[in-house]
Order: sequence, then C-alpha cells, then structure tokens
Amino acid sequence: MPYAKRRRLVTSAVALTLGATTLAACGSDSGDSETESGPVSLTYWTWTPGMDKVVDLWNKGPGKKDQITVTVKKQASGDTLVTKILTAHKAGKAPDLVQAEYQALPTLVSNDALADIAKNVGEAKDSFADGVWQQTTLGTDAVYAVPQDIGPLMFYYREDLFKEYGLTVPTTWDEFAETARELKKAAPDKDLTTFSANDSGLFAGLAQQAGAKWWTTSGDQWKVAIDDAATQKVADFWGGLVEEGAIDNQPMYTPAWNKALNTGKQIAWVSAVWAPGTLTTAAPATKGKWAMAPLPQWSASENRTGSWGGSSTAVTTDSKHQEAAAKFAAWLNTDSKALNALAKESGIYPAATNAQTSGAFLKPPAYFANQADFYSKAADIAETTAPSAWGPNVNVAYTTFKDAFGAAAKNKSDFGAALKKMQADTVADMKKQGFEVAE
Amino acid sequence: MKSTARRRSYGVKGAPYAFLLPAGILFALFFALPIGYAVWLSLRKVKVSGLGLGSGARKEVWAGLENYTDALTDSELVSGTLRVLGYGCIVVPVMLGLALLFALMLDSEKVRLAPFTRLAIFLPYAIPGVVAALLWGFLYLPDVSPFYFVLDKLGLPQPDLLDGGPLYLALSNIAVWGGTGFNMIVIYTSLQAIPAEVYEAAKLDGATPLQIALRIKIPMVAPSLVLTFFFSIIATIQVFNEPTTLKPLTNSVSTTWSPLMKVYRDAFGEGDIHGAAAQAVIIAFATLLLSFGFLRAANRRQKQEAAR
Repeated sequence: MPYAKRRRLVTSAVALTLGATTLAACGSDSGDSETESGPVSLTYWTWTPGMDKVVDLWNKGPGKKDQITVTVKKQASGDTLVTKILTAHKAGKAPDLVQAEYQALPTLVSNDALADIAKNVGEAKDSFADGVWQQTTLGTDAVYAVPQDIGPLMFYYREDLFKEYGLTVPTTWDEFAETARELKKAAPDKDLTTFSANDSGLFAGLAQQAGAKWWTTSGDQWKVAIDDAATQKVADFWGGLVEEGAIDNQPMYTPAWNKALNTGKQIAWVSAVWAPGTLTTAAPATKGKWAMAPLPQWSASENRTGSWGGSSTAVTTDSKHQEAAAKFAAWLNTDSKALNALAKESGIYPAATNAQTSGAFLKPPAYFANQADFYSKAADIAETTAPSAWGPNVNVAYTTFKDAFGAAAKNKSDFGAALKKMQADTVADMKKQGFEVAE
Repeated sequence: MKSTARRRSYGVKGAPYAFLLPAGILFALFFALPIGYAVWLSLRKVKVSGLGLGSGARKEVWAGLENYTDALTDSELVSGTLRVLGYGCIVVPVMLGLALLFALMLDSEKVRLAPFTRLAIFLPYAIPGVVAALLWGFLYLPDVSPFYFVLDKLGLPQPDLLDGGPLYLALSNIAVWGGTGFNMIVIYTSLQAIPAEVYEAAKLDGATPLQIALRIKIPMVAPSLVLTFFFSIIATIQVFNEPTTLKPLTNSVSTTWSPLMKVYRDAFGEGDIHGAAAQAVIIAFATLLLSFGFLRAANRRQKQEAAR
C-alpha cells in the first residue's frame, strides 16, 4: 500500500532527524519533531486514577523548565483502550502517550502504533528488574515503553479462619490442594477459593510461574505454546480441584463473590500485590483479618511467582514530539517524586525496584495494618517474578480462555481440552492474519 | 418571454428535488455512507508478513467474500443464532400476549386507577436496558438475592437461574419486564382510536365484554399487533445488553452468546474489524429479510381479508 510506504518513510525520517534541523524540508511531520525549541504540549491517555495530580507535578516542575506540558485524558482500562488506541492510530490521531498493559504491547507494536524510544529512555533500564524491562523490548533492541506498575502474584488468606480450622499456609500447590480438601472436611459449605474464568490474566500469571512461555520467536517465525507441559500442569491442577469440588467454580468480581469474601465463605485468594485495594471494597468487614504469603510453589525447592496485571507508559508513532514524550515517560516512572505521588494518588505498586521499599511503601496498606512487613515481603516476592512471553494476539487467547474455561468450569469437565481450544484458536487467528507460525 | 417560461418550468421541475435534498444528504451521510463503509470493510482483511513487528508489517488487502464464508461456516455464530431463536420463542409471545392482555384490561369500562396502572406497567421501559439487567442479575444471584433468602427460609427448592434452561427464562424475563409496557401503549393507543359506535352496535346486538374483546377489539388492532411483532423480532435478533451484563456473573453466558455479542467480541475484543463487519452485514441482512418478509406476509393477509 502506498499509504503505508509513505508512512514508513516519514517515520524513518522522523527518527533520523531527531535533534537536527537541516532535514526539515522532508515534510511537515519531521519538522515538528524539533522538541527542544518552543513549547510542546502532549496528550496522555491513561486509566490510572489520580494521574492528573501526578502530571501536575511535572507541569509545574521539570515540564515547566523544558516547556513540555502534559494533559491527561482519562480512559477506560485494559482491552478497550487498546482498541481505542488502534482506531485512533488508524486515523493517524493517536495521543502522544498511552498507558498499556504489558501483554498488549506486542499487539500495539505489531500495528505500528508504538515508537521505539530506546535512544531516549535507555538509561532507565537500571531502575527495573530484568524480567520487567524485557517485557517492553519484546526481546529486540528496541524499547517500546517504560514500565509503570507490576502485579506479582501472592497468596492471600484469612489468618483467623486458617487458625480456626487448623489449616497451615500452603507453600506448594500440593499443600494448597490438601488445604482445600481439609477445609471442605471441616466446613463443607466453605471454599478455600474459586477458579474464576472471567479474568484470563490470573491464569496467564499462574502458567508463567510454572515456566510457561506462550509466545516465543525464532528467526522470522512465532511459536505458540499455550498448551505446553507447564500450562497443562496448571490447567489440570485447577481442573482437578474444581472437578472434585474442593474449590468453587463461580467467577470473581460478582456481588456473590464479594459477599463470599466478606462473610468468610471463601477464605483465601490467589491474587496480585494490588489485592488490598480490591479487598477494601469487596470485603470491608474483614479488614485486618487477612494475611499475605508467597504464592505456593510447584516444588519445595523453587521460589518463583507470575504476574497478574501491571502496565507501562508508551509513546506512539503518531506523536510529533516523541523525544519530549519519552522524557516525560521516563520521569513519570523513575523519578522518586513522581513515584511517590503515583503511590499516594493512584495506589499503584511501582515497577521501579528502589521505589518498592521507600516512601509510601514503608508502611503496610491500611487493610493489612496487621502485617507490618507487607511491602518488604512484596518486594522480595516481586524479585522472583518469572519472565513472561507475550505475543501479538493475546486478546484472542484471552477471550478464548474466558469462553472455553468458563464452560469447563461450569460443567466441571476437562480443563486440558479447554486449553487445547485456547491454543488452537490462537494459532488459527495468527495464521489467518498471515503471521508466520512454526508448528 | 420564452426564456422566462423555460426557466420557470425548469424551476418547478427541480423543486421536489430541492426539497428532497436535505433528507437525501442526511440519508447519504449518516445511513448509506456508514453502511457502505461497513460493506467495504467486510470485503477486506489484514495481512501480516513475518513476525508482524515493526512498521509496514501489517497491510490491509482485498479479501473478496472470504470474511463472509468464514462467518457463515462459523459454528459459534450458528449456535448463537439458535440460542437467540430459543430466547425469542419465549420473549415475543409472552411479551406481546401480556401487552395485549394489559391493553384490553385497561381499555375495559370497569377499570379503576387506569392512568396510574398504565404508568406503572410502562415505567420499566423507561429504565435503561443495562440497568435493568444489572438489577435482575442481582436478584438472580443466589448469594445476594432476597428471593433466594425467602425460598431458603421457607425450605423451598432454589433453582439456579443463571444456568442451562432457566438462563433463557431469566434473560427473557428481563426483556419481558422491560418491553411489555411499550408494546402495551402501542396497542392501547390503537384501541382508543376505535370509534365508540362500534361498541355500541355490538352491545345492542347482545355481545358480552369478552366477545367484544375477541371479535372486535383484537381484529381491529391487528395492524398494531403486526407492528409490535415487527419491532419485537428486530429487538430479539439484536439482543445484546442483557446477556452482556449478565456475562460477568456466570460461566454460562459466553462472549458469543448472541450473534451481536460475537460481532462485538470480534471487533473490539479480538481486533478483527473486517470479520466483524461481514458478520454485521449478514445479521443486518437477515433482520431485513425476516422483518420485511413478515410485514409482507401480514399485509397480504390483510388485503385478502379486506377483499373477502
């Protein structure tokens, strides 16, 4: 397509002329990339609550000095925003900066919506754990985003009820299954937890902990391994628990689920570091009765976790001020003042390593006031996060997960078959789109 | 002289078109153009080369009828259609039956508090579909529903309304609750338009109120029954709000429960705008075919009856 070719020319021209004035004749687009001269105003699409207050710090501080003003446009979270960014990008009107979940980055990059900002944010790399940073490079030399927050998986449980039923905190998944059965024996109407099919992110994180690598590349080909041995193990484990009735099979985030947590009908939750926020609204009556422990392991000698959620700040290819935008993205996610404000105003758990144990994170969250070392423990767990491997159609895998595992959980049938369907549909979609997929 | 006459005749000829122009422009801009764009999108697809990373790796190419054959052979779309058919078989007769019954009852002479009752039956229609579905969803969830609480206290069986067959009843109930009022008003209005002499004549002939209702009122409001049926078919094919709102509450409603939900999922969940456009065109075409087919059949019957 001639349009795409022209776009490519312009983009490479932009990349070449950053910081130089001589090639301005190339086109108006590249002329505008002169970020250092004259005031620049940037638009930022984000769903983080309170982000406008954090951005104010920039606009009044470093932004004022550099004459870079950022305006926040509040958005809906997750997948909806990906669609919106891609639609805006199609019209060439995507905002300068966007918030994107890690698993959405390959989709956005594959649509040529994100700019490579390796040159501008390269030194930010040291602020983050390798496993986190690697998600923004997609294993290439490019850098497509700056990590903002992460969601390492942990095990949350009702400390009081565990004591009451004589349960011990499981350190392996075998013990976890045993705990679920013991609870069923002690209190048949209670469940340790539920297997919920309405959030694919949790399952992806559990598979990640088991060592799954769903999308990898070799040469010019993608390899999709959603039904690899590691994920199969995870699916069979949860499927088995649901089948024998050791845990519940109803979805999370429903009024019924809130009530189950609030009344102690469900007494544990495998969740991420952001769980205190969710529990505060879902189970207000049980404040102070919960405790957090590391995620159970597949073997006693291992110490790994997966992640559920987490997002990054990316610069779009449509931005005419990519350098200025990258500067802001780096500031937002590495500057201690900005990170403090993000923790205070938005309640996010920072991806930047040294921020995880300073400032707002010296004290435990109010909901976990009983666990003084909450955040130092969380930081230790975050360090053990297994690397993730996202591909260009995570969205397809995720929607298939919801339907296939939803049906399997409902019928208490084979989770392995549901996993096979997830793999088959994901590969079929990639092939249909024309991706090179290795069998 | 000659030239003015010609100009005038030209002006008169052009006048209707000039009057039509605003409507024509609006039709083209906001109806024909978007539909044309959807059809255009449905005939194209995205072609990725290699890993699909970096610029220029993704191109939009001509797909011909590929998206259509994909959609028509998609088993999920077919089973979604069947599910909606089952749902429609409950919703349409129950809703229209109740609407007709309420309209006839309100129209009878002995009714008290008519304005209040009319408003009370109509009110659910004023509640947005999503809100209604949320409200009912709450009532369907055993752990939070007051109904289940009462059933539990009385020791009665507690059916799972969000699974299997009862799910259809649960979804239909939301639609019936919300739609009956509107249809009732349509039928009631046309009942009011029947001249009083007709009833008078019937009464003089010794007809009972029931006979008047069955033999006079219902045949005379047949056109509005046809109209409400027509609206109901369209609303059924396009069912989206209720199942989408109930979906997070249960494992039984998939993201492709109804055809329109599948279109939404493909376009905004999986990013396949082109496939979704093809499905949307097929659904629109099926809706047109069904509703106008029904209208023609109904008209033909009416004409036959008039000729008799």
